[in-house]
Amino acid sequence: MGAAESSGRRQFRLLIVDDSNIMRRRIERSQRFEELEVVGTAGDGLEALELARRTDPDLVTMDLTMPQMDGIECISRLIAMKPSLRILVISALSDKATAVQAMEQGANGFLHKPFTDRQLNDAIAELIS
Amino acid sequence: MLREEELKTFVDGTTRYFEVAAQQPATIGSPYLLEGDLAVHDYTGVISVSGKREGVVYFTAPRAMLTVLLMKMQESDFSHENMRDLVGEVANTISGNARKDFGHDFVISVPSVLTGDKPEIPRKAGMRSFVIPINWRSHSAKLVVSLT
Repeated sequence: MGAAESSGRRQFRLLIVDDSNIMRRRIERSQRFEELEVVGTAGDGLEALELARRTDPDLVTMDLTMPQMDGIECISRLIAMKPSLRILVISALSDKATAVQAMEQGANGFLHKPFTDRQLNDAIAELIS
Repeated sequence: MLREEELKTFVDGTTRYFEVAAQQPATIGSPYLLEGDLAVHDYTGVISVSGKREGVVYFTAPRAMLTVLLMKMQESDFSHENMRDLVGEVANTISGNARKDFGHDFVISVPSVLTGDKPEIPRKAGMRSFVIPINWRSHSAKLVVSLT
């Protein structure tokens, strides 16, 4: 299933994955896109997989360092489940190799923590444009 | 053994965290070598480091500072759970940013959070620990880096 059309504007279903409650709320509160509907939030990779099956997101923001299942493995499994999924990694891990690894698994963008609202919205804009 | 010059990555990471996440810069004091036990604050976020380097990085802060930080992040929930979440996230962010300089093999754990004034912080004998003092608004916190 792809992103839906509503009032002529493409709608995207967003799943937010981060083990910090504060970060999940921050991402949800700071994104400024009318086209985005937050369909769920998950605190680890396993929960994200379960929620993705139920909510069929088009876009995922993905932390990497998480309990149960880390972000890299979760990206790989989500892409296997839905190859058209767009994934924005939001992580503190700032080395180039990690970004490359995430992209190789299927991520489409990478935003380093800490970030400003503007950086978050610019990164999301790139993914939904 | 951790060298003094390697502390710069943690000082820079701490500076960046407060500038960006708290939208207000912190004053970072000169790092010093820890001798004996450190007096920790109300909440301590601990990151275990493995791989190329081993040890711990921890951020310890008083409840009052974390409350103001939460306010700056537009949070209205000042519960114990949210304090734990925040102190862990600060430790995670600063440690994760250090991979820019230490590389992919600087493997960090998910944060564990300790509370109270005498928590058991894992420390290897013979490992040098550096304390980075952080002053933000009227509050003081510390980042401790203890690595091989």
